[in-house]
Amino acid sequence: MAKYMLIMRGTDESLAKMMETPFEQMLETVGRFNEELIRAGVLVAAEGLDDPGQGVVVDLGGDVPVVTDGPYGETKELFGGFYVLDVASKEEAVEWAKRVPGGAGSKVEIRRVPTIDEFPQDNEWIVKERAWRERTGQV
Amino acid sequence: MSATGDGPPSPEAARRAVEAVWRIDSARIVAALARYTGDFELAEDVAQEALAEALVSWSRDGTPARPVGWLLATARRRAIDAFRRRSALDERYGMLAGGLAEGEANSGSTAPPERSDDLPWDPDRVDDDVLALTFIACHPVLAPEARVALTLRTVAGLSSEQIARAFLVTVPTVQARITRAKKAIAAAGVPFELPPPEERRERLGGVLSVLYVIFTEGSTATSGDRLLRTELAYEAIRLARMLTALLPGEPEVHGLLALFELTAARFPARTGPDGEAVLLEDQDRRLWDRSAIRRGQAALGRATAMGRGLGPYGLQAAIAACHASSPSVPETDWERIVLLYEALGHVAPSPIVELNRAVAVAMANGPQQALSIVDELVATDRLSGSHLLPSVRGELLTRLGRMAEARAELELAARLCRNLRERSVLLRKAAELG
Repeated sequence: MAKYMLIMRGTDESLAKMMETPFEQMLETVGRFNEELIRAGVLVAAEGLDDPGQGVVVDLGGDVPVVTDGPYGETKELFGGFYVLDVASKEEAVEWAKRVPGGAGSKVEIRRVPTIDEFPQDNEWIVKERAWRERTGQV
Repeated sequence: MSATGDGPPSPEAARRAVEAVWRIDSARIVAALARYTGDFELAEDVAQEALAEALVSWSRDGTPARPVGWLLATARRRAIDAFRRRSALDERYGMLAGGLAEGEANSGSTAPPERSDDLPWDPDRVDDDVLALTFIACHPVLAPEARVALTLRTVAGLSSEQIARAFLVTVPTVQARITRAKKAIAAAGVPFELPPPEERRERLGGVLSVLYVIFTEGSTATSGDRLLRTELAYEAIRLARMLTALLPGEPEVHGLLALFELTAARFPARTGPDGEAVLLEDQDRRLWDRSAIRRGQAALGRATAMGRGLGPYGLQAAIAACHASSPSVPETDWERIVLLYEALGHVAPSPIVELNRAVAVAMANGPQQALSIVDELVATDRLSGSHLLPSVRGELLTRLGRMAEARAELELAARLCRNLRERSVLLRKAAELG
C-alpha cells in the first residue's frame, strides 16, 4: 500500500462554474464521491480550501519577502484542495482521480506521498520529525 | 511511459489499469451481474471472461473512457451468449420432451434492455447486492479455505495469482478451489439474495470469521514473505471497512474492524531487524501506528456505543485497546484486561482464552493465582500438545522461584514447539535457570 495525494487544480473558469452550482447540489456530488472513498477504505485525509480571493501570497524571490493579497489572477491554475488516499498502486490512485467530480478547466494532479521510513533514520531532524508524527498520530 | 493509460497501450499498462479498476469495482460488477443473471456462478465466470478480454483489448487500444462500463457491458454480452447456449440446450431438451413452442427458446427474452444511465448498476440496490455477494462467498456449504479464496476473488477483487502468492499455494490450486466453490454454490441452489432475517446473525458470524482468517493469515509473521502477508492483512482491513459501511448497525462488524486496526498498528514493531518476532513486552511502542490506533479506538467506540454489549471480536479489540493506550507493560491496566478475558471466556469459551486470562491474572494479581488457572487447564487436559501451556507454566514457576519445575516445563515447551526460533528462545530460558 502507498499513499497518494490527489491535488485539485482548478482554473478561474472552473471555479466560476462551481460557484454557479447550487451549494446543496455541490455538497451532494462531492459528498457522494467522498462516501465512495470511505466505503472503499482508501480515504486517509482530505481538505478543501477557501476562496482564493481571501488568500495571501508571500513572494520569497526578492531580498525581502513581498506580501500581496489574492486573488492571484496571473496564476493559470488554482490549488483548491486535496485528498490523501491509501491505495495499492499509482493506477488505483489514477482510477480514483478520474472519478473526482469536476468540470471544464479542473485537473487533478497525483503525487505519491513518501513515508518517513524513506528518509535517513539517523538524521537528527528526521528523528525529531518522527517524534512529532508519533505524538500527533501521523506515522 | 506512464503505466496509467495515458501512454501508448501495452500489456503491462493494460494489466495495471485492469487491476486498478477491478480492485475498486469488482464486487459491484460481479454483484450487479449476479442480480441480472440470477446466477452467481455465471456472473463470476463472465466477469472473469470480461477481465481476460480487457487485458487483450486494452493493451491493443488503450484503456477505454469508461472502464467499468466497458467491463460490465462485455460481461453482459458474455452472459447473454451463455443464456443463448443454454436456451439452445433447453430447446434440444424441449424437442426431446416435445413440449417447447417454436421460437421461444431463441427469443432472448432473458437479455436486459440496453441502459444508458451513467451508473452501470442500480445505486439503490448495489449495496444489498454487494452484501448478498459477500454472504454467498462465505456460505456455510463451502469449506473454510474455499470461503477465503472466493471472498478474496469476488469481493476483494484479487487475482488467482495474488491469492496463491499470499497463501503459499500454487495458482492451479487456487483456481481449482474457486471452481469447486462455485460449483458447490450452484449445486446447493443458493439463491442470489440476502439471507433471511432468522439466519442473518449466524451468517454474519460466518462472514466475519472469513475476514478474521484472512487477517490472521496476513498477520502471522512466522512464515512466508512477510511483506506479501501484511498486504493480505490490509485486504482484510479494507473488506472490514467496506462491511462497516454496508452494515453500520452491527456492533461486531465495528468490533472486528477495531481488532484489525489495533492489531495492525503493532505491525511495525513486531519484527526485529532480522525478521525475528518481537514479543509484545519487548516491542518499541514508539513504532506503533498511532493513526491506526485512533481508527481502531473509534471503531471500538462505535461498537460500544450501540449498547448491545461486545461480542468476541469487540472484546478482543477492547483488550488490544488496553495495550494500545498504555506506554509500557507494567503501566497496562491488567485488571481491566482480566475482566475482558473473563467476559470473552463467557461468550467464546476456549482454552487459549483461559491461558491468556491466566497471563493477565499473573500481571494483575501475581503468579500464584495464575498458576491455579493453568493447573486447571493441565488437569482437564484441554491444551495438551501445545507448547503454549508448558511455556506459560514455566514462566509462572520461574516467578515463584520453583526453578527445577520451571526448567522442566520450559524444556517440555521447547520439545513441543515447532517454530525453530521460538524453540531456541525457550531452551535459552531453560538453560538460564541453571
